[in-house]
Amino acid sequence: MKIKKSPLDLIADVLIYAFIALVAIICIIPFIHVAAMSISGDADVYANNVFLIPKHVNLNAYKTVLGDPSMMRSLIFTVILTVVFTVLGMMVTICSAYALSRPKLKGRHIISTIFLMTMYFSAGTIPDYLLMDSLNLLDTAAVLVLPLIFSAYNMIILRTFMQNSIPESLIEAAELDGCDDFRILVQVVLPLSKPVLATLALFYAVGRWNSFTDALYFIQSDNLKPLQLKLYNLVNASGSTGALAQEAGGGQQQAAEVVKSATIMFATLPIVVIYPFLQKYFVTGVMIGAVKG
Amino acid sequence: MSKKEIELRARSQRSILGSIWYYFKRDWQLYVLLVIPLALVIVFKFLPLAGLSIAFLDYKPIKGFAGSEFIGMEVFKKVFQSRDFYIALKNTLILNILDLIVGFPAPIILAIFLNEIRCKWFKRTTQTILYLPHFLSWVIIAGLAYQLFSPDTGYLNVLITRMGGQSVPFLTEKWHWLVMYILIGVWQGMGWGTIIYLAAITGIDAELYEAATVDGAGRWRKIWNITLPCLKSTIVVMLIMSLGRIMGSSLERPYTLSNPMVTQFSDVIATYVYRVGLQNSQYNVATAVGFFQSLVGVILVLLADKAAKFMGEDGIV
Repeated sequence: MKIKKSPLDLIADVLIYAFIALVAIICIIPFIHVAAMSISGDADVYANNVFLIPKHVNLNAYKTVLGDPSMMRSLIFTVILTVVFTVLGMMVTICSAYALSRPKLKGRHIISTIFLMTMYFSAGTIPDYLLMDSLNLLDTAAVLVLPLIFSAYNMIILRTFMQNSIPESLIEAAELDGCDDFRILVQVVLPLSKPVLATLALFYAVGRWNSFTDALYFIQSDNLKPLQLKLYNLVNASGSTGALAQEAGGGQQQAAEVVKSATIMFATLPIVVIYPFLQKYFVTGVMIGAVKG
Repeated sequence: MSKKEIELRARSQRSILGSIWYYFKRDWQLYVLLVIPLALVIVFKFLPLAGLSIAFLDYKPIKGFAGSEFIGMEVFKKVFQSRDFYIALKNTLILNILDLIVGFPAPIILAIFLNEIRCKWFKRTTQTILYLPHFLSWVIIAGLAYQLFSPDTGYLNVLITRMGGQSVPFLTEKWHWLVMYILIGVWQGMGWGTIIYLAAITGIDAELYEAATVDGAGRWRKIWNITLPCLKSTIVVMLIMSLGRIMGSSLERPYTLSNPMVTQFSDVIATYVYRVGLQNSQYNVATAVGFFQSLVGVILVLLADKAAKFMGEDGIV
């Protein structure tokens, strides 16, 4: 049944589309602005002539960023760190979620409660710091991985999915066929959980890639600093001009702005490139997470 | 349950140990899977709780826990007499409450409007763009913000001065900064926040809308009388959860957006703990502040949960 739209309705339609478009534009404009600055000529940026369209396009700023050995080292380190973190995080999440999703497991309510409690309290920065100190983890790569790989939130998402979306009969059939619990996990449950696994892997990877609080607290050595902490020191620390930019431009304002923009783009691109492809997955993931089991 | 199982069970019920052994033998693989996650949680989440005792000690790093003198509530007294602590506490509450007032309704409104969009590609594209800020780190967001809003080189100020106006200290004057802090937060979280409401809207029975259309209800009427009432329970749960987090404080957003001109507003509990604890090594003071924050936080979450259950919702704990 199609009801003909009244003129008033059409106007409302136009307004709604315009509103949504406006919000979307506001979301992306800062991004395009910085992208445009990062590939523009120094003089144009200095004269503030670049808003959304780059002028005198060149990649010199990116060459400066990539040519900086400490930047490259940090990038490689962060990529490895993110991959290791994501793989280990997924393993821990899968193990705990699968075990707790099986109704036959005795004591699963107590164990669940132990895991869930961690969502609502934390001892705080200093007790964490002293613990890392006494475990000799301060200023090691492990401190950026181990404390955060278990996430109760991600575990709940996966457990809820396994409980609700994988038919119990399938698992029972596998059991009757003589599969043990490990095999059921690998051959039945995991293949059916691919979309949620993709979502959680994205959450883990983005979380590690973006966060720098733990590095700020626990890391001293320059070669263990993740990209975001490096970025913070370069872009924000001195307020207007970062250290790398000063090096590059010999203190000149114009080069500084361009290099700063290139550095920002450099740390963002990996995420911007990957995430739209996973969009259809993570929407499901968030929804499962919202409906707590 | 098979016959053999019943038999086994009857036999092992003789002792608790026997029954534990029975289940362990049957499900040992599942228990093995839980060993590493449990170990991680115990070491990294529960063990640090022992460190809270520093808040009651005259803690000296060289002396360690055992060698430090017990001084009861002295540290807490010192904290509650400190002006800086009250500033940090006040700022934490102000920023969170403003975030709630401005940031909470934003995704609801956006979701309702997004739901009115019929054009598939338009909806998909805008959604992809709207989610983008959620995936950016605060370092990058702060970088973007300073590129746009800084007093001399920020593009917005360049435009304003070119049109003959006065440069606006968006990020360098405390009241302006406060507004920008909240708006940037909305910018970052608004799109992502719609997902949950869009999901709830999808769950609404389409027949309700059809019936309303037949009865001659217009678009706004349907939003007002169907969509919003159906979203009520989601909204209530989300609101209560946000209220439970009102004492929370993460470091990254205030720390990256802050600058020396605005510390009067940007110093929150997280930045205070970092400065006092890790930069000035006053471990016991920082621990006491963190302890206080955690305690209030847990109480608020429990109250929020009670409130949710009282209102007939599922609760969150």
